[in-house]
Amino acid sequence: MSDTTPVVQGRGIVKRYGHVTAIDHSDFELRQGEILAVIGDNGAGKSSIVKAICGATIPDEGEILIEGEKVNFSSPIDARNMGIEIVYQQLAMSPALSIADNMFMGREIRKQGFMGKYMRQLDRPAMEKFAREKLTELGLMTVQSINQAVETLSGGQRQGVAVARAAAFATKFIIMDEPTAALGVKESRKVLELIQDVRARGIPIILISHNMPHVFEVADRIHVHRLGKRLCTIDPKDYTMSDAVAFMTGAKEPPKEDAA
Amino acid sequence: MSEANQNTQEFETAASASEAVAEFEDNRRGVLGKLQHLLHVNPSFVPLIVLVGAIVIFGLLLGSKFFSPFAMTLILQQVQIVGIVAAAQSLVILTAGIDLSVGAIMVFSSVIMGQFTFRYGIPVPIAVMCGLAMGTLIGALNGWLVSRVKLPPFIVTLGMWQIVLATNFLYSANETIRSQDIEANAPFLQFFGTKFSIGGATFTVGVIFMLVLIFVLAYALKHTAWGRHVYAVGDDPEAAELSGVNVHKTLMSVYMLSGLICAFAGWALIGRIGSVSPTSGQLANIESITAVVIGGISLFGGRGSILGSLFGALIVGVFTLGLRLLGADAQWTFLLIGLLIIAAVAVDQWIRKVSG
Repeated sequence: MSDTTPVVQGRGIVKRYGHVTAIDHSDFELRQGEILAVIGDNGAGKSSIVKAICGATIPDEGEILIEGEKVNFSSPIDARNMGIEIVYQQLAMSPALSIADNMFMGREIRKQGFMGKYMRQLDRPAMEKFAREKLTELGLMTVQSINQAVETLSGGQRQGVAVARAAAFATKFIIMDEPTAALGVKESRKVLELIQDVRARGIPIILISHNMPHVFEVADRIHVHRLGKRLCTIDPKDYTMSDAVAFMTGAKEPPKEDAA
Repeated sequence: MSEANQNTQEFETAASASEAVAEFEDNRRGVLGKLQHLLHVNPSFVPLIVLVGAIVIFGLLLGSKFFSPFAMTLILQQVQIVGIVAAAQSLVILTAGIDLSVGAIMVFSSVIMGQFTFRYGIPVPIAVMCGLAMGTLIGALNGWLVSRVKLPPFIVTLGMWQIVLATNFLYSANETIRSQDIEANAPFLQFFGTKFSIGGATFTVGVIFMLVLIFVLAYALKHTAWGRHVYAVGDDPEAAELSGVNVHKTLMSVYMLSGLICAFAGWALIGRIGSVSPTSGQLANIESITAVVIGGISLFGGRGSILGSLFGALIVGVFTLGLRLLGADAQWTFLLIGLLIIAAVAVDQWIRKVSG
């Protein structure tokens, strides 16, 4: 695999729900080490295309290649097993359980030997150590204890834990669905910094967001989705936010040279 | 873009002005806040305090009549059935469900064990296994209706309660198998009633089973992935599913295990009352929910410890015996238990405010 092989490549993806075509022969490309923002009006199908990539929906037509290899995910768990992590808008955490428990939910580490094999005992020290390391790496260890319940954290801290969880287990890429939507200004700032930290570690990110300032601040490329397909991919340095909104809503024709 | 950059600059200064965004504000809490936090971490603390307090008060009022190995172990014998059923109930309630069919499953399983032995002459151990299998099967049906058909647990188990109880009466033809007959022909059915003494204390196999069961479940809930999944499913099933927990499998395991435990309770019931009676154990569902609630397990799911349910069952046992020895009207027991239930739920709501 050379460095120029896209991490994700979608070709001619189609998804229909009855008479509604949610994805209409759309292409998709995520490159190594980049943050790709996906923007689009409500109902343009930007969540649908991302769901198709992570196995949450199964496309009717088209193919998806991950690092050049064709994949057929039947659930997000398949994608996760391949090293694709998703940070959901609604966070997907159990508020009453601890940070460490949440980080390892669904992929717990068991103890070695008899206690682990027959008594199925969890290796708490190993899980806590790993969780603490990952949070520290991302500068999040201001939380008091790795064993405190997630519900005692602020919204920004919870999002931080979710990003840390994704960064800890992702080997291919991370999908983030509106990670700053529910956060205040300061907390959004913190999360945007986290996103950039994660990119600096070489993990590419697909960022779905409505927030143009956030998109223009962190994205390397912007995928504009309109009427079920990719309209164009633009470089945020060459266009303004109002251009992006104009492409998104159809008020302006997409640039010819970048058109997909 | 220049405007965006400027915005960014402003964000930047705002962010650096408060580096402590992610800091835990601990100094804000007073003594009450610390207590709230302690209870949040150890939800079975309240019932333990109430239990010890009740034992001390009745001990002071009644002296050695109450505060003796005999009386103490008598309480254990009296709560063993409710304790075992409460363990099953705890599992279901931790997943934010409720099981109203526990009592019916218990009685029906005991009837199967008895009737299979006496009506068909099946060897006792096999009859017992059939009873245990029936309990598990009914639990599986509950679990399937809750998890796959997505019906509310309250409705599913309310219906199952009636169905199982009616089946129980129809199948048994309302016939009781007498204690003497069981003792003479199938003593293994009364195995859980086997008594042994240590000093003045009298234990039964049923009591030991209840204690071992609760400790094993407490271990499994706290120290295995399955246990963490039970809590996660009760907390927020959607979040659990997105995190990669198999919610269906977890719910099925909980309802099946609940059914199996209830069937064991049915076996223990034969040991406790000696006979197999289709009309026994009618209050087991309400009593088990009482024990779970007093024990500090949240009816909203995902919070609480199964040890709390044991304490809850013991609190009811201590009040019942203590007040009876004091010569009080039995209604005082119910009145006090009613107060405890409301107080326990109020404390639960208060503890949950930690997240606010």
